[in-house]
Amino acid sequence: MKTKQLRAEPIVFHSFNTIVMILLAVVTLYPFLNTLAVSFNAGNDTIRGGIYLWPRVWTQQNYTAVFAGGAIYHAFWISVARTVIATVLSLFLTSMLAYTVSRKEYVFRKPITIIIVLTMYFNAGLIPSYFLIKDLHLLNSFYVYIIPGLISAFNMIVIRTYIQTLPEGLIESAKIDGAGDFRTFISIIFPLCQPVLATVALFVAVGQWNSWFDTFLYASSKENLSTLQYELMKLLSSSMFSNSNAAVSSSGSAMNAVQNMVTPVSIRAAITIVSALPILVVYPFMQKYFVHGMQLGSVKE
Amino acid sequence: MASTPEIMTSKPSAKAGTKLSVMKRMRGQKQLMLMSLPIMIYVVIFSYYPIWGWTMAFQNYSPAKKFSEQQWVGFKQFIFLFSDETFLRVLRNTIGMSVINMVFGFVTAIVFAILLNEIKNKLYKRTIQTISYLPHFLSWIIVTGIVANTLSVDGGIVNDVLMKLGFINEPIMWLSKPHYFWGIVAGSHVWKEVGWNAIIYLAAITSIDPSLYEAAEIDGANRYKKMMHITLPGIKSIVIILLIMNLGWILEAGFEVQYLLGNGVVIDWSQTIDIFVLKYGLQLGNYSLATAAGIFKTAVSITLIFAANKIAQRFGEDRLI
Repeated sequence: MKTKQLRAEPIVFHSFNTIVMILLAVVTLYPFLNTLAVSFNAGNDTIRGGIYLWPRVWTQQNYTAVFAGGAIYHAFWISVARTVIATVLSLFLTSMLAYTVSRKEYVFRKPITIIIVLTMYFNAGLIPSYFLIKDLHLLNSFYVYIIPGLISAFNMIVIRTYIQTLPEGLIESAKIDGAGDFRTFISIIFPLCQPVLATVALFVAVGQWNSWFDTFLYASSKENLSTLQYELMKLLSSSMFSNSNAAVSSSGSAMNAVQNMVTPVSIRAAITIVSALPILVVYPFMQKYFVHGMQLGSVKE
Repeated sequence: MASTPEIMTSKPSAKAGTKLSVMKRMRGQKQLMLMSLPIMIYVVIFSYYPIWGWTMAFQNYSPAKKFSEQQWVGFKQFIFLFSDETFLRVLRNTIGMSVINMVFGFVTAIVFAILLNEIKNKLYKRTIQTISYLPHFLSWIIVTGIVANTLSVDGGIVNDVLMKLGFINEPIMWLSKPHYFWGIVAGSHVWKEVGWNAIIYLAAITSIDPSLYEAAEIDGANRYKKMMHITLPGIKSIVIILLIMNLGWILEAGFEVQYLLGNGVVIDWSQTIDIFVLKYGLQLGNYSLATAAGIFKTAVSITLIFAANKIAQRFGEDRLI
């Protein structure tokens, strides 16, 4: 009786567990595979429905349309530019600040830490921030993507916590060799922070790449500052409730050339894939860093 | 023992020393100051200076006028807010969606972490975990696009499956039914974040002393008993802390999902405070009212966060943020 129960129980549990896990994997992956299939299927055929995991009428037209040199192609490069520039700048400045507050002897260590940490608890809100951006003449300027979010309190604390785990002797010996704080930071601390910087870089880059609200708010009247996510957003809102190819797309110029094959639905699928791809490619390699980083982040003061 | 007198004597002098030599130390820290103070000026401009804009909530703000010419109205905007039906509805939506998201988010992440922890095969476990984090890194634009596709009336997989199984005869227009909206938002959050949110519980489960499980096995406890009496109590404190901390963010129901999935038909159930602020402030130009709504949100959040911190400390854990 007892042995029977012991043997039956794990089997029941494991089958249940496996079903849940497979279900989760399917529910997570299916939308991607479906989008991928739609993106390689001819637009006029997709309207007929029934595309699941594999394209029925294979075509690359949707991608050709995206990269045909129109607005979407330009938006792609704006997205790349803002991601790269903001990530590099943010990493450098945040870790430099983190280094200064990791120095126990620094006079302003406490006040700086408090001022930064407080920014996690409140923000002035949408309207005052909008006016600030306006007063600084950042509206409809590329800099509005870079400048406002350079320093994040959370990232600063994560990096500082990491620097504090490095052996103090490293900094002392650099100082004895005559290096100033800036030299010490650049040539010793910055390179040693690589693991934590990888995590923070991932967070900043993903945030930049995925961001659309700043475009919407601060640069929507400037066509040549549009980003990939913003283009996708415009397509989404124009075609969410009308799946027919009659829906007017904002990416008109790219589509007119290949109108028969390409519909808003299919081009949306292609942009979704293009905008998800960098993340899908990079992220398996980053996994060990960000799991570690999550744990670092929960290490408190 | 031997070091005690030394500390006793060195402490007062060190303190006097710091007081005296702050200027001197600053002179030796020029590089540190150059490295940090410009960044601090930046932080003050971008994070602190805009608070000045809160004065708008106490005025009938008009962009054409100078600050000295603005008409001051006291708390009129706030009083108006709380008599405004739209705002009260928006407040209800914000709290409602927040609570649902929180409950679903917690339950699914904990269940997922526990189930994942039962998998012994490393490769299998890792694969599932990798898949589960994936949506966390996608933008809400992509996710809402996927949600809209999935729930679509022509060719959406949900309607397809339900129809093939015979549950419904004709496709349901999910996104046009006001009473489904909160559920759809909660479902989208779960889909996007369940794997990510489970990370912290998985870490907590792995730190449970394995000898507890061994002891329970000797006592004849089965899998469910071990889960109920060891795993769950083992992560109880982290769950409570996170729950309390999340209560602090109750007015942060999000903005993007509701804005992107919402439409004219479901507007009474989809709009949150953030959308209200955007609409009244930037689209209708009622800056004062929108700022007042924003201040209300921030004030409630700060109060709740600090209260939550205090309660969390009482549970014997440090502040989490």
